[in-house]
Amino acid sequence: MAHAVSNPAGAHGGHGNGHHEEHHDQESMKMFGFWLFLITDVILFGTLFATFVVLRLNTDGGPTGAELLEMNGIIISTFILLTSSFTSGIAVLEMNKGNKRGLILWLAITALLGASFIFLEVNEFIHLVHEGANIGTSAYWSAFFVLVGTHGLHVSVGLVWMIALMLQLSRRGITPVTKRKVGIISLYWHFLDVVWIFVFTIVYLMGVM
Amino acid sequence: MLDKIKEFASEFFVTGDPLILGAQVSIGLSLVAIIFVLTFFKKWRWLWTEWLTSVDHKKIGIMYIIASILMLFRGGVDALLMRVQLAAPEVEFLQPEHYNQIFTTHGVIMILFMAMPLMFGLFNIVVPLQIGARDVAFPFLNSLSFWMFFFGAMLFNVSFIIGGSPDAGWLAYPPLSELSGSPGLGQDFYIWGIQISGIGSLATGINFVVTILKMRAPGMKLMQMPMFVWSVLSSCITIMFAFPILTVTLFLLFIDRYLGAHFFTLDGGGNPMMYINLIWMWGHPEVYIVILPAFGIFSEIVSAFSKKKLFGYKSMVFALMSISFFSFFTWAHHFFTMGSGANVNAFFALTTMLIAIPTGVKIFNWLFTMYRGRITFTTPMMWTIAFIPCFVVGGMTGVLLSVAPADFQFHNSYFLIAHFHQVLIGGVVFGYFAGLYYWWPKMFGFRLHEGLGKWAFWFWNIGFYVCFMPQYALGLMGMTRRFNAYDFDMGWQPLNVVSTVGAFLMGIAFIFQVWQIAHSIRFFKKEKDGDAWDGRTLEWSIPSPAPLYNFARLPQVTSQDEWWEEKQRIANGQPAKPLAPLEPIHMPKNSGIPFIMSLCWFTAGFGFVWDWLWMAIPGLIGVAICMLARSFSYDTDYYIPVDEIERTEAALRGTK
Amino acid sequence: MMRPFLRVLTPVFIMLMAVLLSGCGEQFIVLDPKGPIGESQKDLIYFSTILCAVIIVPVLILTAVIVWRYRDKPGSKASYKPNWEHSTKLEITWWSIPIVAILILAIVTVKYTYALEPSKPIESAKAPITIQVTSLDWKWLFKYPEEDIATINYIKIPEDVPIKFQLTSDTAMNSFWVPQLGGQIYSMSGMAMTLFLQADEQGSYYGSGANFTGKDFAKMTFKVDATSEEDYKAWVDEVKATSPALTMEGFEKLTEPSTSDVQLFSSFPEGLFQKVVMQYVNGGGGAHQHHGSSEAEATGTTDTEAAPADTTESHDHNASNTDSNTHAGH
Repeated sequence: MAHAVSNPAGAHGGHGNGHHEEHHDQESMKMFGFWLFLITDVILFGTLFATFVVLRLNTDGGPTGAELLEMNGIIISTFILLTSSFTSGIAVLEMNKGNKRGLILWLAITALLGASFIFLEVNEFIHLVHEGANIGTSAYWSAFFVLVGTHGLHVSVGLVWMIALMLQLSRRGITPVTKRKVGIISLYWHFLDVVWIFVFTIVYLMGVM
Repeated sequence: MLDKIKEFASEFFVTGDPLILGAQVSIGLSLVAIIFVLTFFKKWRWLWTEWLTSVDHKKIGIMYIIASILMLFRGGVDALLMRVQLAAPEVEFLQPEHYNQIFTTHGVIMILFMAMPLMFGLFNIVVPLQIGARDVAFPFLNSLSFWMFFFGAMLFNVSFIIGGSPDAGWLAYPPLSELSGSPGLGQDFYIWGIQISGIGSLATGINFVVTILKMRAPGMKLMQMPMFVWSVLSSCITIMFAFPILTVTLFLLFIDRYLGAHFFTLDGGGNPMMYINLIWMWGHPEVYIVILPAFGIFSEIVSAFSKKKLFGYKSMVFALMSISFFSFFTWAHHFFTMGSGANVNAFFALTTMLIAIPTGVKIFNWLFTMYRGRITFTTPMMWTIAFIPCFVVGGMTGVLLSVAPADFQFHNSYFLIAHFHQVLIGGVVFGYFAGLYYWWPKMFGFRLHEGLGKWAFWFWNIGFYVCFMPQYALGLMGMTRRFNAYDFDMGWQPLNVVSTVGAFLMGIAFIFQVWQIAHSIRFFKKEKDGDAWDGRTLEWSIPSPAPLYNFARLPQVTSQDEWWEEKQRIANGQPAKPLAPLEPIHMPKNSGIPFIMSLCWFTAGFGFVWDWLWMAIPGLIGVAICMLARSFSYDTDYYIPVDEIERTEAALRGTK
Repeated sequence: MMRPFLRVLTPVFIMLMAVLLSGCGEQFIVLDPKGPIGESQKDLIYFSTILCAVIIVPVLILTAVIVWRYRDKPGSKASYKPNWEHSTKLEITWWSIPIVAILILAIVTVKYTYALEPSKPIESAKAPITIQVTSLDWKWLFKYPEEDIATINYIKIPEDVPIKFQLTSDTAMNSFWVPQLGGQIYSMSGMAMTLFLQADEQGSYYGSGANFTGKDFAKMTFKVDATSEEDYKAWVDEVKATSPALTMEGFEKLTEPSTSDVQLFSSFPEGLFQKVVMQYVNGGGGAHQHHGSSEAEATGTTDTEAAPADTTESHDHNASNTDSNTHAGH
């Protein structure tokens, strides 16, 4: 961005200030747009939760969640994801201090935690399939796999995105644009954390109890 | 080897129907013709740089409108085929399977691939100009939305000649739409076609909310926005809340069909009624999504051609917003007969009736905008005036349908068909036509021939009543929708014949419109002034068509109807506002990524339809690469230097 | 511009009127009901139409008057106030007009919604006759559990006796509609809906499957003959004496996608309706599995426990239906 600003500013002098404001507007507008996107994502997850609640008893004579779900692993996963939300927060603090290396380091830790969350989730799914519960077993398991899987997919997309962002940060440093990007992904990451708390409560806690 | 290819081809292409064979041949020929013309005139580069990669909201708007008119043609042909079959069911013009496909595609195309893109086209062209902005908030995303719509629509349409069309109705109720009821590929084309374009629509919704809330010209308060902008805002907020539900619903249906899940199946504990609830939780807001902008268009036009301020601005805003809110609480009125019990039915009957109140108020406000005005009967205004009685009657039959116990007799009958065509044609289509005629000079810099437009108008209107009034009667005679044939004893044939005549009158009207456009291009007369109709809002303050950057200087807004007030000030001899010095204008660069990414989505969708993972997976990888490519590109905008703006402005305004 | 069009318009309208009038009267079967339910629904249709017309007719006239009076013509004497944009008094008026109308309609609607709840029995001195309705691809199976006969695409009922229709579907959702007796209700697989209707007059009434279920759904029309009670009894006896029995194999053949003419059966497998309702519950894809009749009984009762699992959320109102219906007919 910096060069885009400096070029015309150099050519026409005096307007540099206005451009800077324009960029600021652009970035804040993107942030606002992302908030709106999150609203639509809330609706998306809300619909999935609704289908899960409607279908929660429709095990069709097959295994129930209470029989197969193992809480120990899930509690570890939850702990990992919550920690990653915390570390992404530290990353933003480092960014605000202007510490590029700290920012990338904490983002990397966040991504690592996210990756281990996904690893555990995939393991859980494999375990469930071995126990005889796959997506076609019954409506309950369809709803389970799609709801939990959609969250997992969101986390995975976040991981790829985070890695791409780390590369960009190492190349371009902390600029208004990369700053906004870090802000957005940490917002996204916190959001997924909140969604997970609902998954944990509704799917696991209430399912097992 | 040859046999294998033959076998594959007979599975791949839809064969055995002379109608479809004709379509296949003509589609093939026109493709060859298009490619030939583009190559012969060396226009490929022009097409790519000027259109396919453009992020300019005006060009995207025009592409939306072209696509929607093509879809109107296809949906209209579907309608005529159905009407022919119903006028003479004894002839067996269409086989039942074919008839079922045609009413399914007619519904999907008219709502999702005709009304929606026509609406988005008008959003794109008008909203930034009306709020004094240089583009939408996210031009790249805007281009992506268009191409997602376009490739989604193509994926849906291709099922006509490849693989077979969907035939489970426009909302595809399971279990009919499940693998057990529709083993063919048509239903998969349906899911992927709508899904891909639906994601585009969702993005457009977000884009315009941000545009309207964040990019208004300096000084323009919310309560000074043109009414069309308010209607777009209410429509886009509705999109934001409704479309994710559609995305999920179609996704779940896909998972059912593709991975054997049990969301909506009969066995395995699935719940088909959940689909019906979910699809209408999107589907009902959807009809308000398309009607609200039409309300906005009427508000603009009625005020412009009555030469009078819009009456009851605050009421209008409140009405728009409350309609958009209540539209989320009426979905179950689409299935009062599901046996949900009296409590549920009473609740949804009341919420449905509630919507009639703000809608009725809007009618009065339009009437009183005309009252004590000076009405001129240009084509946009004629469509607006024709809309009022049509919509009033359509609204009234809607209220009749909302009376839950009476709906047990109306439901699924031609009474219902007549009702929703009356509000969708009389409201949405008339509204968008009015908007198209109104803003046409702004889009292209020339007017459409008024005389031919009036012929089209009268054919449309007479055709409409001749087509749909008999259908109310047919409903009361017990005729059920989606029947491809009926008993002669029922006495339905005479009215069906009348209805078919009406449909053909509307077909003739469409020909008049095509002729009108062709004629107006042939006898092109450049608009000298950007202000074609002595307009009231900002879009009329700049040349037609608008330059790339729209406004050389961002306007300072002090009132509603800013341009009208400005003209009044000048007429009263007040000094014009001093012109601020020009500054370089910040603009987004064109990008090929939206086109390529949407093409990748198309590839992935096509692959999933055929269960060809070798095609679907590379498609999805292509999508991911496009996203990353976008994330890594930092050189996405540029500045138009002042001297270039000066040159452009001089050229545009110099013709005065 | 207007005049030539009016000239075209007039004959079109005259033609339309002629067509409408020629077909008038008995062909508008929705408005010519022969039973108490249809009768109330007709009253409601007339009432709501008139109420709406009271508002929209003046609006239509007002529209015409305003458009005519304020058209732009040289030397127009009509007043012109380009900046007149608000009047609290007027706005309150037209907020209140629809509010009042909707309020009246709402009260009536709610009252009728409860009165005409389809599963509510019709008050009558006579005990209702039960008919179990199953929509198949693409035919209707009607079973008379009390008489132990069954029909395809044909119903005979005695006049003045309430009929309790219990409805389900073998596959896709259809809708059972006999306009002259009363409004329709969906037939859905996995559950039993209830609809009470009654014919007050003898006659032959048109019925159809009103919800799209695939290829030949248009062929799912049927006739409802309402006769005197004696004729009805005679018909039942005749069916019992002369028609073949519907066996389980016969039923399975019926479930295959096809159309059918009228068929009559002197008996049908016991518990068939419950079996169709419950075929998708507890998996096994047991749509066409054979059960002994005693087993079917057992399924029928245990399923009342299983039923809530299938009837959550949006249709717990049906749970009570399913409950009572699984026991009905025993």
